[in-house]
Amino acid sequence: MRAVLLLALQSAWARRLTLGIALVAIALAAALLLAVERVRHDARASFAQSISGVDLVVGARTGGVQLMLYAVFRSGSATNNIRWESYTGIAAHPAVDWAVPLSLGDNLRGFPVVGTTAEYFARLRYADARPLAFAAGRPFAGTVDGVFEAVLGSEVARQLGHRRGDSIVITHGMAALGPEHADKPFSVVGILAPTGTPVDRSVHVSLEAITAVHLDWMGGAPLPGFSIPAEHVRKFDLQPKEVTAVLVGLKNRPDVFRLQRHINSWPDEPLLAVMPGVALDELWQTLALVERTLFALAALVVLVGLAGLTATLLAGLNERRRELAILRALGAGPRDIFLMLTGEGLLIATLGVLLGCLLLAAGIAAGAPLVQAHFGIVLSLRPPAGNEWALLASILATSLCASLVPGWRAWRMALADGLTPRN
Amino acid sequence: MVALENLVFRWPRQPAPCIDIPRFDAAGGERVFLCGPSGSGKSTLLNLIGGVAVPERGRVELLGRDIVPLSGRARDAFRADHIGFVFQQFNLLPWLPALDNALLPCTFSARRRQRADSAGGPRAEAERLLARLDLAPALWRKPAAALSVGQQQRVAAARALIGRPEILIADEPTAALDAERQRAFIDLLLTESAASGATLLFVSHDARLTARFDRVVALAAINRAAAEGTV
Repeated sequence: MRAVLLLALQSAWARRLTLGIALVAIALAAALLLAVERVRHDARASFAQSISGVDLVVGARTGGVQLMLYAVFRSGSATNNIRWESYTGIAAHPAVDWAVPLSLGDNLRGFPVVGTTAEYFARLRYADARPLAFAAGRPFAGTVDGVFEAVLGSEVARQLGHRRGDSIVITHGMAALGPEHADKPFSVVGILAPTGTPVDRSVHVSLEAITAVHLDWMGGAPLPGFSIPAEHVRKFDLQPKEVTAVLVGLKNRPDVFRLQRHINSWPDEPLLAVMPGVALDELWQTLALVERTLFALAALVVLVGLAGLTATLLAGLNERRRELAILRALGAGPRDIFLMLTGEGLLIATLGVLLGCLLLAAGIAAGAPLVQAHFGIVLSLRPPAGNEWALLASILATSLCASLVPGWRAWRMALADGLTPRN
Repeated sequence: MVALENLVFRWPRQPAPCIDIPRFDAAGGERVFLCGPSGSGKSTLLNLIGGVAVPERGRVELLGRDIVPLSGRARDAFRADHIGFVFQQFNLLPWLPALDNALLPCTFSARRRQRADSAGGPRAEAERLLARLDLAPALWRKPAAALSVGQQQRVAAARALIGRPEILIADEPTAALDAERQRAFIDLLLTESAASGATLLFVSHDARLTARFDRVVALAAINRAAAEGTV
């Protein structure tokens, strides 16, 4: 038996080109299937981890998913802002413990700039209620003297190579190449520790700073012939008139539905309050069809790869009739021949799946920073887990079925041919 | 050494048997030329003696033991231990070096490995046989596919002889060789089987090759099925 398996290996090595092609096809297919599953899983994990301890997200009336996307994931942009009075009204509501306003709309070389209050750093939680931590420095002061201070997320600092004390110039709008607020540079006072959430890609400044850089702007462009130097902004009232969204924490969570209804029927302007968990579910439901389609396609590609393997083995079988007859003469039984062919198929499939895992790991290692920068999804470089093991097992189970076909053919051939093959 | 008795074999869904041999014997060390045209049931007979095909009834007695009632696995093991085969051509695993091809029986059969061990180890034995069969040492490490047909047949003979099996079966081993090489190859085979004391069953349709055999048996004479022309 061991002799037969050893010969099977040597025989497979002699046909390494054709088998290698089948192997690569399986590896690519397995990598694709695993990638679909990994992206699906990590996207959910990234989104679910991004926000914790926030009971309601409030913004201008729009879709719940869209509000979540721009307020929490900093992807896409708001169609409308809400009035400052609405924010103060919500913050003053007796059920509200805290309310952190967010003002979006500028960027630093593609990274979103978030105007907020220093409370942001104390209140925002991610993953399982972990608070934000500073890798270096401190929160922005938010005082009149410290208006132009910025706190960078870890990815921003890493990718742009900024340290504490650096001076940065933010850009108006969401396009990286828009007009710059060059006359009012910020100084980096703090850098946050990595969180694996959109916070890593954000530049945090005070709300007053957002107002200040736009003092001499109107309608998205600097007012011609009119500019207010940075040292003079303190003479102006920097309290913002609008914010983009508000993150709300409640004293008692059971109040959430009551407050949500209250905000949704806000008398002064149309507002929308969503519970992050509910909005995420809505998002997943929207994406479920896409996910399933992608998954089905990837599964189909795996089947095609395995069908290719079966075809390769079957095609090779006729040429190997002599080889099988020789093995028979040497004492190999039909069962040995069956095991040899089935084992060969299974070996190729297993190696293919292993190579697929390596390909996936290489792909993630190479592509993860890009994916995080563009989509805010943190792809994790890790061994297969959970569902992925089930997928790998089902690929191998299917490849066993696919390998039984040439095994069975060879078994029949060995019985029919005996010692004298008919070609 | 080889005794067939009332041996009947029929292909599935065929009305008449293709093998019907009342009696055939070959003594130990005897060198028998089995002569018959293609289609006279030669391959089937070799499959029966090799234990690859199972007869409808009758006995296939090898070394005094009836192999018909044995399990398939036991017959495979028996074949590996006691029978060496040389076929028409394409005898070797083409991707395996000549020397390793000659060594194959020792990896399949512990008995033949042991017998080769007593002759100085399988590798030494294979090298000795290849040298005796006049294959240049430069060719030993080459894959079998790189050898000429004549060279391949000599490697096949070495493979059949290694571990001194009691029975040697040669099935048209000279069909792919020219006349001069045919004679030389048969001489080699006869000499080597005599040296190892094996019983040689040499099957061929070519009656010109019979000269140096102990006995010539026409398949038609022992196989009633062939005689009646029902093959």
